[in-house]
Amino acid sequence: MSDIITRYAKPLPEPSAVSAPFWEGLNAGELRLQRCATCSRYVFYPRSVCPHCLSDRLEWQTASGRGRLYSYTIVRRAMNPAFAADVPYVFAIVELKEGPRVTTNLINCAPEYARVDMPVKAAYDSVTSEIALLKFEPE
Amino acid sequence: MTLKRAAAITGIGEMKPTRSPDGKSTLGIWTDVARHAVLDAGLSIADIDGLLIGQPITEQAQMWPSILGEYLGVHPRYGNVVDLGGASAAGMVWRAAAAIESGLANAVLCVTGEASDVETFYAPRARRSAQQLPYREFEVPYGPMGVNSGYALIAARHMYEYGTTSRQLAKIAVDQRTNACANPDALFYGKPLTVDDVLASPLVVDPLHLLEIVRPCTGGAALVVVSPQLARESSNPPVWLLGAGESSRGMMLSQMDSITTSPITEAAPKAFAMAGVSHKDIDLISVYDCYTITVLVTLEDAGFCAKGKGGPFVEEHDFTWQGDMPLNTHGGQLSFGQPGLAGGMSHLTEAVRQLQHRASERQVADCEVAFVNGNGGIMSEQVSLVLGIE
Ligand SMILES: [Zn+2]
Repeated sequence: MSDIITRYAKPLPEPSAVSAPFWEGLNAGELRLQRCATCSRYVFYPRSVCPHCLSDRLEWQTASGRGRLYSYTIVRRAMNPAFAADVPYVFAIVELKEGPRVTTNLINCAPEYARVDMPVKAAYDSVTSEIALLKFEPE
Repeated sequence: MTLKRAAAITGIGEMKPTRSPDGKSTLGIWTDVARHAVLDAGLSIADIDGLLIGQPITEQAQMWPSILGEYLGVHPRYGNVVDLGGASAAGMVWRAAAAIESGLANAVLCVTGEASDVETFYAPRARRSAQQLPYREFEVPYGPMGVNSGYALIAARHMYEYGTTSRQLAKIAVDQRTNACANPDALFYGKPLTVDDVLASPLVVDPLHLLEIVRPCTGGAALVVVSPQLARESSNPPVWLLGAGESSRGMMLSQMDSITTSPITEAAPKAFAMAGVSHKDIDLISVYDCYTITVLVTLEDAGFCAKGKGGPFVEEHDFTWQGDMPLNTHGGQLSFGQPGLAGGMSHLTEAVRQLQHRASERQVADCEVAFVNGNGGIMSEQVSLVLGIE
């Protein structure tokens, strides 16, 4: 099989020192969220300070991976050519059981079956040997 | 008016300079010094309502106040990049004082800094981008279709929460097209539209159809703002700024408390209160319309109708220049075209034309007070204005 076909051409996250535990968690098939030790709220995306109280006492915890589809759209035209082969695909926001919302894709679901508020669970999509993206599928 | 004793510096934060970034990012440095300054001033982050940022030299991005505000949990009512080279920090101090003097903000956080070394500072700028910005790390990998997909998420959620329909949204595009057909300068002049036409156009990002999405084009606009004295000497009837309000939130929809309610709920009341006018005094509504849903949410959040009632409201009112509620009489950007940032200015130039009674065939009768709204990002940056003639 040709290297050109198998190479992942879409934009990849570049984990930072702050976000590395999140991406490492996904690689291990686990959703990890920061939780503020001062105000006890969960935080996403990973930060060096809590956006609710400015505390820097953020601790990593394993999250349930469960949530609901907060909103979604079916992308029918790719703006980035790397996604052209995927259309139509579902670009979505999921509200996690723990509170924070995440931008994601709904997968393992025909786009026309997507519904706002449907229950979903995390699906870890290992797009390269280093990176797994956090996607969701119907519960 | 004077800025003398209008404001004082009460807290500072400073990073010890190092020769190289040592793994630090510009955003990380800003966060660190900002946190120290806020704590040094004895304030909580909630006290900060203004954000001034010096444009970094080696990082290319737009909307820095939104990026940093989101990261820090600051909710600015006043935000700017100040781009005066070495004079930027001094420039920030008076801008902050001016904002405070005028009541737009109470506590303005001014931030500068850069993660660079000799090599990166002098390196070619083209390829280098701020890869570690949160939206690049947590949104772009999932394939957004520019901002189209963001507005589609707002529309889908609005439909879920309030029962808004595509037919209601389409009617906005149709009324604005009717207006464009009375504006020879509009990109879509002479091309009337029906609701069925809009609904028959291809879905691009569900639930938004092609004809609900703005069309980028080439163009430009400018305007001159003058002092009261110059205004009185002008041969044109002066269009006075009667009220202004600004409010913004972060870059990413996932970070917003609600995606169906925008910060217009703060910006517009401020503008109305400053102007001392109410909605019934408004003769022209000239509001940013990158998508149909933008207009509907703006009408709700600016208080022209109750939250969630935008759909029925659109059905009940005639937004054409001859209608009971003239809105985007130049056609809006949806039908006039969106020449970059001049698309946003088109709402101002049209309001000025209407208020000065030089809108020719589409002139709104007895047009004396206009409501203008500008929108940036995905309904994150909002500036509401009330304009009027004597
Ligand atoms: Zn906290």
